[in-house]
Amino acid sequence: MSDALAIAGHSLREAVRRRVLLVVALLTAVFLGLYALAAFEVFESLEQTSGGAIVPIDERALAGGTLLGLAMFVALFLGVVLAVFLTLGAVRGDADRGLLQPLVVRPVGRTTLLVGRLLAASAVCALYVIAVFLLAALITRAAGDFTPASLVVPAAGLALGVVTVVAVSLLGSTVLGTTANGIAIFMVFAAGLAAGLLGQIGDALEVGALSTASSIISWIVPFEALYQNGLHALTSDIGGATGVIVQLGPFGGASDVSAAIWPWAVAWSAIVLALAALAFSRRDL
Amino acid sequence: MTAALSARGLSKRYGTTTALDAVDLEVAPGELVGLLGPNGAGKSTLVKIACGLVRPTAGQAHVAGAAAGSRAARASTGYLAELFRFPGWARADEVLALHQRLARSDGGAAEREALLARVGLSGEGGRRVETMSKGMQQRLGIAQALIGAPRLVLLDEPTSALDPGGRRTVRDLLVGLREQGVGVLLNSHLLSEIELVCDRVVIIDGGRVVTEGRPQDLTAPGGVEVETSDGLRRLPDARREDVPRIVRELVDGGAEVYGVRVVTGTLEDAYLAAVVGRDG
Repeated sequence: MSDALAIAGHSLREAVRRRVLLVVALLTAVFLGLYALAAFEVFESLEQTSGGAIVPIDERALAGGTLLGLAMFVALFLGVVLAVFLTLGAVRGDADRGLLQPLVVRPVGRTTLLVGRLLAASAVCALYVIAVFLLAALITRAAGDFTPASLVVPAAGLALGVVTVVAVSLLGSTVLGTTANGIAIFMVFAAGLAAGLLGQIGDALEVGALSTASSIISWIVPFEALYQNGLHALTSDIGGATGVIVQLGPFGGASDVSAAIWPWAVAWSAIVLALAALAFSRRDL
Repeated sequence: MTAALSARGLSKRYGTTTALDAVDLEVAPGELVGLLGPNGAGKSTLVKIACGLVRPTAGQAHVAGAAAGSRAARASTGYLAELFRFPGWARADEVLALHQRLARSDGGAAEREALLARVGLSGEGGRRVETMSKGMQQRLGIAQALIGAPRLVLLDEPTSALDPGGRRTVRDLLVGLREQGVGVLLNSHLLSEIELVCDRVVIIDGGRVVTEGRPQDLTAPGGVEVETSDGLRRLPDARREDVPRIVRELVDGGAEVYGVRVVTGTLEDAYLAAVVGRDG
């Protein structure tokens, strides 16, 4: 474990020294600034308009749930971008550049090297998505006095979701070059989100096959199931027509996923990492 | 005494390409062995198998008695790759500290300073890798390979980026390693360097060992050249023992003799004879 921590520390220092974290922090600050502007404007406009809807709608809950759903989507997206860029060249990319060989010849297992990279990238990405989501929740509360049903479930889902992406990106890095791996992981991410949207359409139109396919895919790529579960937890206390609208949401359908998703996502990450370790152990450098 | 490196019947195939074909090689403790061969001969593959980066298709390699690639073997090995890079953001001292930790060396700052001094980088520990010249990075790479007092050092083109002063430093360092009982396998295209420093030379081509021996045994005599009043005379079949007779005969014949040189073949000649002669 000491060796894995040494590698993790080395990776974290790299992220800091190469100003990756600084750039991410600055861009995130820009996003949160824009989010705050939007949130205050939305809630202020609600003050000036009266109902008029055919069915009774809790506009404040609808606005708060939708805005925070947007923040959750952006947090996941930025977290995935960070996860991919921290790991996409971990094996083949670093080997092609000659960075990996001096480390691999040391009496440290190749699995240990992967675990070190996983720990570093997971720590950075998980803390990042939690921080972005919680700051967005604070802004939403300040702007419109909206408090979601749960902060813990969405935050934990985002964190575990990006860990699964880190794991699959590490696996990809053992067989694909840097660019190919980056493209592949983003396509997997996009496929997961598309499956979520298809499920949303299936639910709205009551097409069972679409809903089932979406559900299966969300378990195959568990970041999607965790995201859907987080969206659901965000607004699970909103009832009536407002609840139906906000649960459909513009950023993928909310879904009350079984609690088994948590151990499954952990096991899934472990299995993917084990496959990465197997591929790495068989790879000539 | 256990060999620093022992390879028996080592073969490596990449698909239909045979990179190594039943190679036998041994490096004794305190022995400097030069590995020569044209590009694609299998030199780097052999070195990579020895340090565990590449798995052999057949045969076995052992480092200080442990199977190559095993944790014990890697703990006994220092390696400088031909194409290596350290993170540009890291300082030289940080690079060495990380490798100390991974190599489980308890040498601390004293070892790092001593190694930097040994490769001519005294006082450069705080310098970032990205600000170093290629030659300085190569020196740092050599220092990294020596962390933890390895029993076998594998150097793949260690002087390709060095100026003549740097090459002299590395030669002195290699001699020091020999005195410490460290086995060294030196893969280089610089034949003159190998000739200067190595105890033994192994030439491989097409994945096979084509010749090996001490440099002085591989280099053939090249005759005698005599500078006389009639011009330079070359006697290609003459040997060192013939020089007094040749001079006597020339002087008796009325010629003025200004200089005599016993010509010896170079390692380059031996290399070309072994490789080009075989290929062509």
